[in-house]
Amino acid sequence: MEQLLGFAVPGVPYGCAYAIFAVGLVLTYQATGVFNFGYAAQAYVSAFVFGWLVQVHQAPVWLAFLVAVVALGPGLGIAMDRLLFRRIPPTHGLAKVVTGLSLLVGIPSLLPVVFGNQNLVGLPSIAFNPNTVYFHLFGLALAPINGVFLSSVVFTAAILVVLTVLLRATPLGLEMRAAVESRRLVQLEGVNADRVVSAAWALSGLMAGLAGVLLAPTQATLQSQAFLTLMVAAIAAAACAVLRSMSVAAAVGVLIGVVSLVAQGELPTGSVWYSAVLPALPFVVLFAALLVVPGLRALDDSRDPLASVDPPPPPVAASVRSPQLERVVRPAWWLLLLAFAVSMLTWMPRAWETVLDQGLAYGTVFLSITLITGLGGQLSLAQGTLAGVAAFTAALLALHVGVNFFVGALVGAAVAAAVAALLAVTSLRLRGLGLALMTLAAALLFDNAIFSQPALTGGTAGITLHRGWLGAVDFFDPNGHAFFVLALAVLAACAAGVRLVQRGTVGRELAALRGSEVGAAGIGINLAWQRVLVFALSGAVAGVGGALLAVQRASVAPGEFNYQLSLAMVVIVVTTGVRTVEGAIQAAFGFVVVQELLQYAPQRFSGLTFVLFAAGALSYAAHPEGIVELQKRRWTARVERIVLRHPPPPGALPVPAGFGEPVAGEQR
Amino acid sequence: MTERGAPTILEVEGLAKSFGGVTAVDDVRFSVAAGESVGLVGPNGAGKTTVFNCVCGQLRPDAGEVRFDGRPLGDLPTYRRARMGIGRTYQRLEVFPELTVRDHVLVAARAHLGGGHLWKDLLGRSATTAEERRVVGEVLGLVGLGHVADVPVAALGLGTCRLVELARALVAEPRLLLADEPSSGLDAHETRALAALLHQLQVERGMAVLLVEHDLGMVGAVVDRAIVMDLGRVVADGAFADVMAEPEVRQAYLGVR
Ligand SMILES: Nc1ncnc2c1ncn2[C@@H]1O[C@H](COP(=O)(O)OP(=O)(O)OP(=O)(O)O)[C@@H](O)[C@H]1O
Ligand SMILES: [Mg+2]
Repeated sequence: MEQLLGFAVPGVPYGCAYAIFAVGLVLTYQATGVFNFGYAAQAYVSAFVFGWLVQVHQAPVWLAFLVAVVALGPGLGIAMDRLLFRRIPPTHGLAKVVTGLSLLVGIPSLLPVVFGNQNLVGLPSIAFNPNTVYFHLFGLALAPINGVFLSSVVFTAAILVVLTVLLRATPLGLEMRAAVESRRLVQLEGVNADRVVSAAWALSGLMAGLAGVLLAPTQATLQSQAFLTLMVAAIAAAACAVLRSMSVAAAVGVLIGVVSLVAQGELPTGSVWYSAVLPALPFVVLFAALLVVPGLRALDDSRDPLASVDPPPPPVAASVRSPQLERVVRPAWWLLLLAFAVSMLTWMPRAWETVLDQGLAYGTVFLSITLITGLGGQLSLAQGTLAGVAAFTAALLALHVGVNFFVGALVGAAVAAAVAALLAVTSLRLRGLGLALMTLAAALLFDNAIFSQPALTGGTAGITLHRGWLGAVDFFDPNGHAFFVLALAVLAACAAGVRLVQRGTVGRELAALRGSEVGAAGIGINLAWQRVLVFALSGAVAGVGGALLAVQRASVAPGEFNYQLSLAMVVIVVTTGVRTVEGAIQAAFGFVVVQELLQYAPQRFSGLTFVLFAAGALSYAAHPEGIVELQKRRWTARVERIVLRHPPPPGALPVPAGFGEPVAGEQR
Repeated sequence: MTERGAPTILEVEGLAKSFGGVTAVDDVRFSVAAGESVGLVGPNGAGKTTVFNCVCGQLRPDAGEVRFDGRPLGDLPTYRRARMGIGRTYQRLEVFPELTVRDHVLVAARAHLGGGHLWKDLLGRSATTAEERRVVGEVLGLVGLGHVADVPVAALGLGTCRLVELARALVAEPRLLLADEPSSGLDAHETRALAALLHQLQVERGMAVLLVEHDLGMVGAVVDRAIVMDLGRVVADGAFADVMAEPEVRQAYLGVR
């Protein structure tokens, strides 16, 4: 008993950390209808600014707290609402997720650019001293109550009490709960709904800030990573509460923390339970919750009875090029491709050839996002994992069975397709946000339970590829071009395949599905089959890309295929255009080239790639075709106007006379 | 005027569905004979759309059974019911904004025949066949959408979109068409044309039509028989003119609204 308590007590602060994040996620979702993936970034910003003020500018703790938490927290929340989330139609679930992800990826990379690289070590606590042991629970030596414990428990309890009172017993709370049901109805009642929603964002921003500063002292060095991990684990607790009940979220959060640590103490260290199940515990919980809790199936369904008043998500700008322009542009693209190939084979400096090789491999992985998000209309946060599954399968087959790596890669792609299909089958009832969370849970399960097994994946260093595994051709020759030729061929084949699917029957059926699942089922389209098909295809393409990346790097390491890669990939591809094959390829080259160029900039700018792409992805809500694609189309139209002197009708196709009023919300 | 002798194509028995506390449909029973055209009318909130949703499988009824062609539909998913020959148009538009009118009809024509087109796509063998072009052209002509065939529906008006939904349903040659307020958004002239078309299809193809419509003039022009619903229950079922004369129906229409 005493020993059990000894394990459970240190678990409480962890649990409280999960609880605070979970409560914050539930609060934002309840009060604004947004599942705020950016929450961890908000917490990190406050913690960072707090630390920066205290350590770099020697500001007193209370002042730093006022600035970083009381002012910056709500300010950031309100800014996110005003500038971003408010502009997204409530029915456009995918855009909310993408916007949250962009903030999650972009903000932590932005901080060093603004404040310079800071190494914030051992931040002070706002209340209790983390290293002081205040007393022992029940007088047991094994259950010391230190400052970390006290502050997390005291603040978590305080936050819960304040929030409960605020939401249950004040007019603002009532208005908030009403506003999330229907902003419009509340407005009809004479309440200023915008003010109410702003208040909700301010409150959740304040909570994020508080969470950040509260958790900062528990980390040796302040890293955005830790906040991300915490939030992702907290999602499990929030999901168990169906994103509805803060007290349930808090309770599950604490429970996850305590159970993990007790299990850590009790389970035999050598067992699979210890090495695989335990680290993945929150994600197992999340996965299970998404499987069984019926309330999570309708996360994206707007409860607003006036939802149909809102404009539908913006239509994708038409990309009709006039035949004359097509006659010029097409050969131009082929010429460019030829020039690229010739350059790579002749004068391209080695460093840049490597960079562009990487672009080709990434391009293949990114095409899997074109399939699943652009064609399938669903967000998957596990594409990096699927790539990893194939890469590891190929490497393991080569290492242990002696199978040629390329044969293994095909097997790996099939395995990745099977994993993706399995994921699709288990999550058939989920859509939008629910599906995104499911794929995230899957990615984290792989990260923590499978990729993390040193016996399987070779630890952090991973598995090094040997020349002999790849057959007779030397793909690692620093002066050869074998890899370039291979990668170009693979990318071209995948791109052609995606394009054929896009233009074929499956592509049309998927376009129908994206438009209306109800209508698609009504004409005999099997939604479940289409979902499984597009997941499997996308898994296979991701797998092929993953194997290419492995050859390019001459190794496969777990860190290269973790969930963060998946999150970043979505943000990157969405920026350039998730709807088109060109979008994925541009995303890949844009990504590797910008990243390479930033090597020449001061170190603090190294994260700017992600800032740029995240900024681009923020426009997804307004321009689902991608900001780069949009600009391309605008320029095409402009060129057509000038060169061809005939105004193309961009989207504004002639409506025949004599037909009814325009579709609701079409004209804004 | 139920044609005695014609086999029953749709049978609804003891259908019930409630949403939370609201009983939308309560012990509804009726049948439709093959090739018959029936109006399902009633005031707002009577449960007409909910009946449609239960028939086409979009909603699971709490109780009761739906039989199509003598076969209990049970838990059969919507797409299977569609392939069996239940076509549908929607009160709230369910068009595919990114597709053109022609693609709507084409995708419906292909979906009707079942999936499994991936390998054809990958081999580049999914171009439209002459036969498909003919069928699609025919349906578009029938509904009168030929002139907007290549326009994405996002650029079309509400009434036109309803016709697109109709064309999309018709191309699969359904044996039963569920039309939910097809005339809203159309002007008087277009409504008459639509009524004539539905009547023509019923006569020529032997397609049964179950029509939900607030425009009783149009209902009268299309249907042989009417079923009146109010507050989730069937309050009258019989020849259109007789039913409209019943006091309960007048009560439902005039009293509730
Ligand atoms: N998804 C739903 N959730 C909750 N209540 C619903 C839902 N669908 C319908 N209802 C309720 O069920 C009742 C019947 O609705 P239904 O749409 O079937 O009526 P209707 O006869 O089609 O009306 P209308 O003529 O306005 O289209 C209404 O009270 C409606 O509010
Ligand atoms: Mg209705």
